Amino acid sequence: MNRTIALCGAGLAAAVIFPLFASNYFVNIGLLVFFVAFIGQSWNIAGGFAGQTSFGHVVFFGTGAYTSTILQVTYGWNPWLAWLAAMLAGAIVGWMIAVLSFRAGLRGSYFALITLAFAEVFRILANSVPFTRGGLGMLIKADQRPLNFQFRDPIWFYYLALALCVISLLIAWRLTRNRFGARLVAIRENEDAARALGIDVFAEKVKVLTLSGAMCAAGGTFYAQKYLYIDPSIAFGVDKSVEMLLVSMVGGAGTIFGPLIGSVALTVINEVTRGLASVVPALKNVQPLSLVVYGIMLVLIVARLPDGLMGLFRRKPRHA
Amino acid sequence: MLDPQIIVAGVLNGLLAGGIYVLVAVGLTLIYGVLHIINFAHGSLLMLAMYAVFWLWRLVGVDPYIALPLVTAGAFVFGFVLYRLVIGRFSHGRDENILLITLGLSIVVDNIALLFFGGDTQTIDVPYAGRFVELGAAFLPLPKIISFAASLVLCVILGLYMAKSDTGKAIRAVAKERQGARLVGIDVDNIFAISYGIGIACLGAAACLLMPTFYVTPTSGHAFVLVAFTIVVLGGMGSFIGAAIGGFIIGITEALGGLFLGEQLGQIGISLIFILILLFKPTGLFGSKA
Amino acid sequence: MNKQIDKLVSRRGFVAGTTALAGSLGFPAILGAQPAPVKVGMIHPVTGFVAYNGQQSRLGGTMAVEDVNKAGGIKSMGGAKIEALLGDSQSKVEVGVAEVEKMNEQGVAAYIGCFQSPVGIAASQAAAKYNTPFLIDVGASDLIVNRGLKNVFRLKPGFGVCVDDGIAALGAINKAAGGVAKTAVIVHESGEFGTGTAKLLQGKLPSIGIEAKELIAHDNPTRNFDNIALRIRSMAPDIVMMSNYGNEYMLLARTLYQQKVNVAGFYSVLGGGFNYKFVKEMPDVSQYMMDVNHWFNPRSAKAQELKKRVEATGALFTFEVYLTYSNVMLLADALERAGSADKAKLTDALANSSFKAELMPYGPTKFVNGQNQGAKPAVMQSLKGDIEVIAPEEFASAKAVFPKPKL
Repeated sequence: MNRTIALCGAGLAAAVIFPLFASNYFVNIGLLVFFVAFIGQSWNIAGGFAGQTSFGHVVFFGTGAYTSTILQVTYGWNPWLAWLAAMLAGAIVGWMIAVLSFRAGLRGSYFALITLAFAEVFRILANSVPFTRGGLGMLIKADQRPLNFQFRDPIWFYYLALALCVISLLIAWRLTRNRFGARLVAIRENEDAARALGIDVFAEKVKVLTLSGAMCAAGGTFYAQKYLYIDPSIAFGVDKSVEMLLVSMVGGAGTIFGPLIGSVALTVINEVTRGLASVVPALKNVQPLSLVVYGIMLVLIVARLPDGLMGLFRRKPRHA
Repeated sequence: MLDPQIIVAGVLNGLLAGGIYVLVAVGLTLIYGVLHIINFAHGSLLMLAMYAVFWLWRLVGVDPYIALPLVTAGAFVFGFVLYRLVIGRFSHGRDENILLITLGLSIVVDNIALLFFGGDTQTIDVPYAGRFVELGAAFLPLPKIISFAASLVLCVILGLYMAKSDTGKAIRAVAKERQGARLVGIDVDNIFAISYGIGIACLGAAACLLMPTFYVTPTSGHAFVLVAFTIVVLGGMGSFIGAAIGGFIIGITEALGGLFLGEQLGQIGISLIFILILLFKPTGLFGSKA
Repeated sequence: MNKQIDKLVSRRGFVAGTTALAGSLGFPAILGAQPAPVKVGMIHPVTGFVAYNGQQSRLGGTMAVEDVNKAGGIKSMGGAKIEALLGDSQSKVEVGVAEVEKMNEQGVAAYIGCFQSPVGIAASQAAAKYNTPFLIDVGASDLIVNRGLKNVFRLKPGFGVCVDDGIAALGAINKAAGGVAKTAVIVHESGEFGTGTAKLLQGKLPSIGIEAKELIAHDNPTRNFDNIALRIRSMAPDIVMMSNYGNEYMLLARTLYQQKVNVAGFYSVLGGGFNYKFVKEMPDVSQYMMDVNHWFNPRSAKAQELKKRVEATGALFTFEVYLTYSNVMLLADALERAGSADKAKLTDALANSSFKAELMPYGPTKFVNGQNQGAKPAVMQSLKGDIEVIAPEEFASAKAVFPKPKL
């Protein structure tokens, strides 16, 4: 245990010092790693810890991104304040989807598919209603002041992503320690048994999805502020849902560090393989090869490490 | 408002579109029903089958309808081997791993297609593509009528096969009770591979029926995946009749949604049905209890 | 703690600054030896949904780099060669930005990209941090050039200009035909580009006496257009206008043909699928269809020669090819005049550019807020299995056939 804490401390210290020595490119990559780890953790809390696998987590991401952007661009809110509103909106959407789906008793693939459908409904709505400007998308005016949640030096976005990631790790860590987390694990392992033990399964599941929705929405605002432009397919496209699920599952769903490790691994693999093609510019259309390699690596990781990359650090598999 | 004639024509169009959806969905529902996994590689494998149809036509001049038995058989073998060599072996029998593996496979297959076939849009030009049957306000394209009829026939054949043949019975046994089937001596792994193969064979047939009116690019298969999921859920996961009827309902909904709400917003109809069915009757129209 | 970080940050900036300075001072020092190549970052979506378009851009860009180098490189820089760094945005904003950062590290003097407007918007914003010029080769959104970024240049017209010119040409064509067209239906893809174009069209059509009866938006991908065809037939417009990406354009055109939708003309603005392949493989479908789009100048010998070269490789001569090609040439011209790869000088040279885009039917280049005012689309028509330019007049290779003969 002490060794783990020491390792975490050392890792955190390294992450804090890292951008002071690394170039902007690596700072940017680090930022992406922590950002994806953060939204991945929001998935993991519901999908990994509580076993409520979602295919449409992007619905929260997009809700957050659009809420803060609309409040900021259309109503002139300060983006920091809009960030809070975005988290609230994410929580509300999470709560709503949870109440609807869990009231109907949806589990497993059924729950996964309904989240996918909700994301699709939100995407089509964002494409159709006037206040999102539809398919035109929304541009946030570049005005790089910290008060505006925009930074000239990407290092600050890096630290913000790191902070979000650390907070999400702490939340996950709390879940492995407190009763709420224990109840979630009980629900994951056997919902009927959990109910028999007197756990209010419905309430716990609603709680965890609300929390997860708020976190993911926070990520949405972060993304909008970093890239200053969102449109329906960026905000509600299936890509982000898959990314969140992928980093968590590759890293190890239901573990504290799974999303972070998955995010590190997949980002590094993508960066390295993508770079390969530019090493050999003589071969013009070899770029798809990078993603072929990426896909094969993904399959191999799953084949070799059925528990995710976290399985490397553990002796016993999670499942019996 | 809208002329009733237009509405009737729209419904007919939707019904014909539904024919293709049915085949894609039947494959998906079979794989779900037996293996309990959501096959993320479905769209990519459909695309691959569409390229097979395209190249057979381009290189050898085989008409897509003539190619149907060949492509369907080839797709079965491909699916069977893919399951045996990759999916079954690497998943360690865990559903969430199958999900990741099919996701990884989808990335690999899409990009291999891009690498070898290029990204441009390919179409085939059959002489009968422009023929149609005029029915009131509806101009029903002949290839779509053919695909509708063919997919019905294929569904019936598949249904009979599942009901009557030994393999079909074994598949249903495995779908219902995996452990029990194992105990009575059914080679469950083999049944998994056969089921996956049949699911992909459906895609092979769908590809042949689609190509006369559609196009293929390395990403064109994905257009049919979400709609197929909806149909599977609507019909009840694992149910054949459900998938068949669900396909037609979705085809018609899409058409009416498009007519009344506009093509873009109309797509919302599909997702709403999806959500409503899940909320109020998660077993779908014909599914057994989840 | 905070102060310390600030100090370290500024030190990091200082170090970066000095290396850059050393880099730029390095050139004259090694005069006589082979001068260091000028690196250019080309970022395109060469995988994913629009991989084809991205690959076409990459093809044009790399051909242009070869041509510049074969012709002796940048002469004012001692014959320095251009070196293309090829990046893949994977159609994702964050990947596009990651490529910008990576290439900045590799010392690029300028970027060219990105096909999709959202990626272009974010990537050029990231490049602005380093004051590196960013040439938008394809990317229709007018948001790209309206942000006050000094480093962004777009040689081609945005959809605003395409709509204006397209409407003017349509007005003239319709007038010549005795004003047969009075109504139109607009079918557009539901994204930023299709929606924006369609809204502008709707607003401007009345000025030439045509009423837009309806705007029909569709998703990408759309599985079938049967019902859109049905609705169009029931509304019986004189003209069907379209604004969509390649696959949907092709599928829509084919469906309308197969369903015998009889109108006076099909007139697309930035119809993504209007190209040689479409016209050649579906001569009946494409016959008489018109498109307002980026097009090469058919009277330019250079353009015709490049067309032959591209077709000899088995590729199509699509607008991505010659737009990216032209952007490399624009950059080479600016480098020539700047006499250095220094970013400030290069940005100045671009801002004051009067580059003659030989391949394109453009006037002299003049950038205002980064948008080339000389940029013009052309209007084409498919006639007998080939594509002819029908407007503007000075580049035309044929006369418009309108209204088209009934089927």
